[in-house]
Amino acid sequence: MATKKTLKKAPAAAASAWDKVKIARDAKRPHVWDFIEGIFDDFEELHGDRLVNDDAAMVAGFGTIGGEKVLLLGHHKGATVEENMAANFGMANPDGYRKAMRLGKLAERFGNPIVTFVDTPGAYPGREAEERGQAEAIAKSLEFFSALKTPIVVVVTGEGGSGGALAIAVGDRILMMENAVYSVISPEGCAGILWRDGAKAPEAAEALKITAPDLLSLGAIDEIIPEPAGGAHKNHKRACANVKKAVLKALKELKGIALDELVEKRYAKIRSYGNFY
Amino acid sequence: MSWFEPKAEKPKIPPAKALWAICPKCKSHMAKEVWKNNNSICPKCNYHGRLPVRERIRQIADESTFVELFREVSYSDHLGFHDATGDYKSKVDATIAKTGETESIVVGTCEIGGHRAMLGVMDFSFMGGSLGSGTGERIARACEQAIAERRALVLFCASGGARMHEGILSLMQMTKTSAAIGRLKAAGLPYISVCTDPTTGGVSASFAMLGDINITEPKALIGFAGRRVIENTIHQKLPADFQTSEYLEKHGFIDKIVERKDLKPFIAKMLNYWGF
Ligand SMILES: [Zn+2]
Repeated sequence: MATKKTLKKAPAAAASAWDKVKIARDAKRPHVWDFIEGIFDDFEELHGDRLVNDDAAMVAGFGTIGGEKVLLLGHHKGATVEENMAANFGMANPDGYRKAMRLGKLAERFGNPIVTFVDTPGAYPGREAEERGQAEAIAKSLEFFSALKTPIVVVVTGEGGSGGALAIAVGDRILMMENAVYSVISPEGCAGILWRDGAKAPEAAEALKITAPDLLSLGAIDEIIPEPAGGAHKNHKRACANVKKAVLKALKELKGIALDELVEKRYAKIRSYGNFY
Repeated sequence: MSWFEPKAEKPKIPPAKALWAICPKCKSHMAKEVWKNNNSICPKCNYHGRLPVRERIRQIADESTFVELFREVSYSDHLGFHDATGDYKSKVDATIAKTGETESIVVGTCEIGGHRAMLGVMDFSFMGGSLGSGTGERIARACEQAIAERRALVLFCASGGARMHEGILSLMQMTKTSAAIGRLKAAGLPYISVCTDPTTGGVSASFAMLGDINITEPKALIGFAGRRVIENTIHQKLPADFQTSEYLEKHGFIDKIVERKDLKPFIAKMLNYWGF
């Protein structure tokens, strides 16, 4: 039987990949609007892809952070059941990615750096999503942000779910919060295919190497943003302060680089992703 | 993101069944010879079946013009990945032994109807055509060499998506290939994507959908999310022709459905229109 003493002894560093998945998905974890309110001096949300829709799963707008005028793009999961439903739990439709690109083009024109907040289970798997070209919208985003002539700072704040996350996670600095996860496929999805049993998700999570330290060692991210003790959900204020500090530092570093050189460096970074013989 | 679990070994087929082929679309039975002699196309429903990678190259590249590149670029089991069915390394090594290929795409220079091209053909029999680091690297290198040599890029896609055994770096190949293709286009070179059966998941959401024109063969499966995943999400039955070539053409994501026999002349014609 576990006594209080033995429980206390359990080392905090022993959090498994699956523990992190649970923290990353915690409903109380700061979401995009918490970060906007906690980090930005001011913010104006803008809507719509100018084609068919405004996707509530993708928040976009201009704002000021530490005096820097930036474009913010971020997945929106929603804090209430109504918001969850409206935003499909942060699963964007093609319209969301097209809104991101439309405003990204504006940021390029007016010299605004882009800051993205990544937190999604994945792109929305729906009939209209497919009919309106979910695959094409994600593909275009990857091509688009790879070559966009303005600095891009990415923060993976919660769940980095596959292609739906990646579409707004191409940039010059990829930051990731300590307890965030980022994966090619959800642990449940991977377990369903390779273990033929979705319940084996904890094993799949371990095998896929989806935690921030794993991703740093694989070269997929550049920096880990520390979280307050117990996780960002325990102390939003502290979490926001840490994110703000890391974002401003990255923006400052990127500011001095000529745009042509910036895009060359970004390509070199993207080009280096991989491990092969 | 991958739709299919690649099988290292196929179940043994009883001798009597070995002579028969079944169309996966309309379920018609026919002698294997009939299927084969019809270029792996169903004579009943015109489904264009999967073609072996070397046969595809033979049908698209002008005779003796294909020069393979980057064959030395192959997979790495950098995660030491293993699952309930075994370890990644054994699965790929068995695939390499069986197929004689070293990655899920074969790339090389060639001429197509006299037009200088960089050709890539994905191999669905290699780990379900999944996008691994080696696959992405071959495509990126192909783009860069095409820019240097002023060649048009033609990619035949066939894939279940990203190769999850390679974790996050397989996802990053979507960015790598898309960025490289962006550069090729910026250099004024054309890219024709041919989405063959099946083109799904992370491959559909990267280079497959980035063609200056996207074409496909009849009745191919093309889509991002799996049908079952969608049906479970929206609690609705999807139409029978959902995510087919015909469906995508109707919704504006495919420029043209081209019969297998017409693919080469069609590609050559487009390259000619564009002055290549
Ligand atoms: Zn048939």
